[in-house]
Amino acid sequence: MTQLRVAGRTRIADGPAAAVLRVLIPVVLALVVGGMVLWALGKNPLDYYGYVIERGLMRRSGLQETFTRMAPLLLIAAGLIVAFRAGIWNLGGDGQFLLAAVISAALAPVLIGVLPRAATLVLCMAAGALVGALWSLLPAMLKARYGVNEIVTTLMMSFLGVSLSNVLIKLAFFDPDTTVPQTRSLPVDERLPRLFGTTVHGGVLIAVVVLVLVHLLMTRTAFGLKLQVLGANRAAAIHAGERVGRLTVLAFVLSAGLIGLAGAVEVLGVWGTVRADWNPAYGLLVVPLVFLARLNGYAVIGFTLFFSALMVGGESAAHRVGVPQNYVLVLVSLLLIFLALVEYLDQSRRKRQAA
Amino acid sequence: MVDASLRQVTKRFPGIVALDDVSLTFRGGEIHVLLGENGAGKSTLMGLLAGMLKPDAGVIAIDGEPVTIDSPRRSMDLGIGAVFQQLLLVPSLTVIENLMLGGPWWQPLKRAAALRRFGELATVLATRIDPDAPVTALSLGEQQQVEIMRALWREEKMLLLDEPTSMLTPQGVEDLGRMLRRLRDKGVALILITHKLLEAYEFGDRISVLRQGRLAGEIDPQRMQSLSESERTAEVLRLMFGAGAHADARTNDAAPAPLGAPAPAEASTPLEAPTPLGPPTPLEAPAPLGAPAPLEAPDLAALTGRKAHRARPVDRRQPPMLRASALATAGDVGEASLREVSFDLWPGEVLGIAGVDGNGQKHLAEVLAGQRAAARGRISLAGRDITRGRVPDRRRLGIRYVTDERLGEGTVATFSVAINLVLKEIGTLPYWRHGLTDWNLIQESAREKIRAHDIRTPSERTPVGKLSGGNIQKVLLARELGAEARVAILNKPTYGLDLQNQRLALERIDAAAKRGVALMVISTDLDELLEISDRIGVMYQGRLAGIVDNGLSTGADAERKVAALMTGAAAA
Repeated sequence: MTQLRVAGRTRIADGPAAAVLRVLIPVVLALVVGGMVLWALGKNPLDYYGYVIERGLMRRSGLQETFTRMAPLLLIAAGLIVAFRAGIWNLGGDGQFLLAAVISAALAPVLIGVLPRAATLVLCMAAGALVGALWSLLPAMLKARYGVNEIVTTLMMSFLGVSLSNVLIKLAFFDPDTTVPQTRSLPVDERLPRLFGTTVHGGVLIAVVVLVLVHLLMTRTAFGLKLQVLGANRAAAIHAGERVGRLTVLAFVLSAGLIGLAGAVEVLGVWGTVRADWNPAYGLLVVPLVFLARLNGYAVIGFTLFFSALMVGGESAAHRVGVPQNYVLVLVSLLLIFLALVEYLDQSRRKRQAA
Repeated sequence: MVDASLRQVTKRFPGIVALDDVSLTFRGGEIHVLLGENGAGKSTLMGLLAGMLKPDAGVIAIDGEPVTIDSPRRSMDLGIGAVFQQLLLVPSLTVIENLMLGGPWWQPLKRAAALRRFGELATVLATRIDPDAPVTALSLGEQQQVEIMRALWREEKMLLLDEPTSMLTPQGVEDLGRMLRRLRDKGVALILITHKLLEAYEFGDRISVLRQGRLAGEIDPQRMQSLSESERTAEVLRLMFGAGAHADARTNDAAPAPLGAPAPAEASTPLEAPTPLGPPTPLEAPAPLGAPAPLEAPDLAALTGRKAHRARPVDRRQPPMLRASALATAGDVGEASLREVSFDLWPGEVLGIAGVDGNGQKHLAEVLAGQRAAARGRISLAGRDITRGRVPDRRRLGIRYVTDERLGEGTVATFSVAINLVLKEIGTLPYWRHGLTDWNLIQESAREKIRAHDIRTPSERTPVGKLSGGNIQKVLLARELGAEARVAILNKPTYGLDLQNQRLALERIDAAAKRGVALMVISTDLDELLEISDRIGVMYQGRLAGIVDNGLSTGADAERKVAALMTGAAAA
């Protein structure tokens, strides 16, 4: 991770053209190899890609869906950036996301009865962030006080969080009027406002603003620098007299809070309710995106756009061409592999040049 | 007998030429010392032979055959064994287990064969180590012996040692010397990398001096024999530092210079910085008391480690700046914690702390800096109780700490020089206003400090980890010995530095003392402490075994007393 970060720093120097190439080459390679897989299955790859582009980007409804999909991904990315920069592996995103989604989904229909819409939405988002943050508190304390590995604890807490969410829906917050257990829905009119007459909800704007703020927090403030020192060299942070335990907990809480906010935004913007056993599992999907963007908030936006378009377009394209829905995951994995490969080759070329 | 040579080898790194057209030959049955400052290219040369780096130009030949050493394994296959500065043993395994590591993965471990080989090598090296002892139970010297065994495990052909004495006790150094000579007599080619002149004379049959990536010269065994010690010193100094040093050496030394007149062009080597080699500045005049100290040029004496006692006018009737009373710390298993440590430290004095490493020095430094909690006892600064103060509180009051772990905790290697210069001030004025970073100001002030402290770096944005050890130490000294410092604790401030930078560090310390800073200098180098300290305290098993006055009058006496305290003899 440290190495990645150094690379990110020196990287900026060699111009945007090279940076674009480093992304473009793997994309093309992934598309070509992915196409070969389709071709081997007896499908026409061009059809598939055509649908992906048409559905994900060209058609108005597809583009809107792509943007909508970006909202939770961006917020989760913001949360992961905070954690990873501080050298903390918060892999418990799914639990934090889902619990926050359930709590805000349960809260919204109740609050809307007594409060105006804006207040309801703000309170629900705050509640989501709080729940996410709370769910990271145990791993945070264990890490800060006893140095317990957070990869293990956050993953464990994630399983617990996902299960607890289901329990809450089925036992506490279920809507008696539906057959499938789910929370009471927030009426469509009361959800996050749509933007400019599209179906895209305001959560996307919130997500972009939050991500930019997080980026500025990490690069322009004392707090951000302290987190980065902690992430790069814990001993140096102790030596410099930072309150390392407190910083660790803060990083956890901030990270999980943002992921919780993602859950709330997804519910308040799109679904209005959470059904039992719903788990989009975005938490781990975003991890590679964040690393590919080298923990840079702006770069994350680009990666997320591409990724969302692929997901949205890929779902309907798979249907049309007649390959499994999950085929899009094949493409995504290929993309990740090639991105990593190009990255590696680039690094070694750089080393050779430098030598 | 083996014969390894480098022919016109060049190796570049970003921004520097680490080795520039170097040709050298290492022969079996010879201890070849590579001497040079930090950054002279010694470690690069070692890396090339050990298969960690590849040359950009030139050829490495073994027994006349050009070879490509593209991996450590290849290096071992060629019979080159390397012992690095840091020990690379697995602490939780036993000696013999460590030695059995590195075989092909499909082979079962052959313990009997390994023990046989262990016995052979133990005989060659004349050591007595229990092969079944866990590595953690061994002293550093013994661990190093195991490293040497591992390097020679395949065959006794060539052995590279990088600064092997830096962690050894005097006794350990002697044992090492004996061991190296035995290996030499068996025909092994030994390459010893060091920056310590005395070791070079003591161990070396042949000395090659590297300077800024170039081979500055070589003294072959015949010449080594024919020259007197002072002549050798003068010649090596000339090779290491160029003409200036040579001239100084001549003025100091009664012996006539063995070589022709120094080339005047040499004066332009980048040593103009505040070095002790230039004309003596008032700063260097060591004895304000008018003692008959070698006023005109302390250089040679200092460079070769000969003592020049200093005494500063310390007014002990005044209240002390720092007072520690009955300090104790809680330590982890295996750490020496403090017990009942009390002392006073006055403004303008240097209190040296001597002792064999691992007798509580680290805890002492950390507890004073606020990095470690005191279990018992009291610390007060100018009469004010600061026992509970954290690092930033104490820093605000003027307490500074230069750690010996420069990259381990002193700096963040991947961060720029500029950030590292303000690492302990994150969030405070003037660099941060309401928590917002003023990068321009940070960089501007970094440029200023880089100039003022002669930090050699391509820019203030360069990651500090890319600098040489000496320059990293300059970054730390610039950060800690600023104008607001009232008390400074320095742990091994010259450790791992070359002569040039050792001098610089000691001068900075001296200058700080003259400004009235109260300094504590922890070191394992007694000569250095005798040179710069007003008093020397000795740590033994977590206690301050005693404090010896190092005034001008007490000279040799102080050394004897300190040495006695170090062994624990006078502790009771």
